[in-house]
Amino acid sequence: MKRAANHDVLNLTNIRKIFFAGTVDKVVALNGVDLSVADQEFVTVIGSNGAGKSTLLNVVAGVFPPERGGKVEIQGDEVTRLEEYKHARYVSRVWQEPEVGTSRNLSIEENLSLALLRGRPRTLKKAGNKKRRQIFREALAQIELGLEDRLTAQVGTLSGGQRQALSLVMATISKPSILLLDEHIATLDPRTAQTVMDLTEMIVERERMSTLMVTHNMEMALRYGKRLIMMHKGKIILDIGHDQKKDLKITDLIAAFERAAGEEFTDDNVLLSC
Amino acid sequence: MDLLISILSVAGYEGLIFGLVAIGVYITFRVLGFPDLGVDATFPLGGAVAAVFIVKGTNPLLATSLAFAAGLLAGMITGLLNTKLRISALLSGILMMVGLYSVNLRIMGGANIPLLREITAFDLFSKLTGLHGMALSIALAGLVALFIFFILNWFLRTEIGLALRASGDNEKMLRGLGVDTDKNILIGCSLSNGLVALAGALVAQNQGFCDVGMGIGIIVMALAAIIIGEGLFGHPKGILSILLACFVGTFAYRLFITLALRLGLPPGDLKLITSILVVIALGIPHLRKRMRQEWIPPASRM
Ligand SMILES: Nc1ncnc2c1ncn2[C@@H]1O[C@H](COP(=O)(O)OP(=O)(O)OP(=O)(O)O)[C@@H](O)[C@H]1O
Ligand SMILES: [Mg+2]
Repeated sequence: MKRAANHDVLNLTNIRKIFFAGTVDKVVALNGVDLSVADQEFVTVIGSNGAGKSTLLNVVAGVFPPERGGKVEIQGDEVTRLEEYKHARYVSRVWQEPEVGTSRNLSIEENLSLALLRGRPRTLKKAGNKKRRQIFREALAQIELGLEDRLTAQVGTLSGGQRQALSLVMATISKPSILLLDEHIATLDPRTAQTVMDLTEMIVERERMSTLMVTHNMEMALRYGKRLIMMHKGKIILDIGHDQKKDLKITDLIAAFERAAGEEFTDDNVLLSC
Repeated sequence: MDLLISILSVAGYEGLIFGLVAIGVYITFRVLGFPDLGVDATFPLGGAVAAVFIVKGTNPLLATSLAFAAGLLAGMITGLLNTKLRISALLSGILMMVGLYSVNLRIMGGANIPLLREITAFDLFSKLTGLHGMALSIALAGLVALFIFFILNWFLRTEIGLALRASGDNEKMLRGLGVDTDKNILIGCSLSNGLVALAGALVAQNQGFCDVGMGIGIIVMALAAIIIGEGLFGHPKGILSILLACFVGTFAYRLFITLALRLGLPPGDLKLITSILVVIALGIPHLRKRMRQEWIPPASRM
């Protein structure tokens, strides 16, 4: 299970996260997670509501540190207690809501300029220039939404799907070590969701990006990626590699869940979205 | 005719000088989403620092620059209260406003410093250009405003400036992209208060005295100017139109005030009129919606 450290992009050791510790509202969101993600590995993450999926991604992105004793390493660098903005060098993410990934008041070009400089110190040089505009045009042309001709359009005027596609380009344009997707197509209508998912697959494959993708859709979790992880009550209860994942069906997944979690599969939310 | 010219030139001068205040307030309120009320005290702070140094015989240009620096520092402290101590933006500004009042008194060593006998930046500029009176005021205010205009027009297009502009809208995204959002707040608050102090320094030199109470209500005045400017420019988003809206809005507001004063409005009522103006501008859209029985979101408390 454990891979050679130098080939891993992400190494999580003994990650625990407790909210409202010491009160009656105490929530153990993560309860001892160990996870290694290899370079260029595309991992899908499923699990019922409250399983800890988003919390796990938040820990990787540095939104908050795990409890003491846990360790987060990205590309061999320990980043456990690094501030969130310093994680951006390694990690980029697309959130569930398109509004979170983009800035409404800025133009498409300005949003991309912000993203191009991910994790690099920002200077007093002009943010927009010809060379950068060319990079943006090429990146936008590949997603085939015609945004390359609308560089100066304000992002607030775009549709949710367009904004989410832009978020995806923004997350990948500076080639981070690891891409985090947290139900990033969940708020889109089915057709737009499919478009954005196709774009995701295309970009992740082309850039060979290591990816963690959270989804509630088991079919998607099976179809995309080379590895599947199931979380339950703050733990990883299933970890299925490529060889087994190929022939896996949703019923197998449910059976595996019942075996691993030791309880009957009842989560409507997960079932409904199959 | 003469009356019209005189009214227009008063409003012109004030539009330029207080336009700087409006831009400062725009930076905190609109760009950062950080309602900094401390400017009520950074305005006289600028006047006080400039006045004290000028009285000591410092070159008025240097004194004015020091006033700007004092404003930067005050803004930095407001930003630190918020980012390092997690005091709310509103309260950080109010704490600075109240605290700075005493600081200003200390700096000035009294409530008022006369500058009529001193050599101010306006005197220097007069010697240089041969201008006097209103023409002199407008020329120097215009020069400074133009300078600031170009600096900001450049700065807001730099990589740092761009990150600043997304600040009030989406800090979560910015952190995700590797921007230190705390530093953003510090830069923005400093810049804002620096501009306000600069305006205070120039106003004190132009009117020939600095008074510790000269900033009272300036925040509301700047807001009124911003709201008018935004109305005239249709809620601008581009850098150029935002900067212009601040100056034009201030000019229109000042024109309105000057006219009202000429028509016999007692100067003491000015602040009430300004407040009512802002209340109307902010309140009317909601009242209209209420009348049309549209849904309005709950009032925010921040
Ligand atoms: N910032 C927070 N503050 C307090 N509690 C939190 C916070 N984030 C998550 N939690 C709690 O931690 C638990 C795990 O939440 P998390 O968001 O990670 O679940 P999830 O697997 O992403 O669920 P979903 O599928 O609903 O998105 C939940 O009980 C949640 O209420
Ligand atoms: Mg979640």
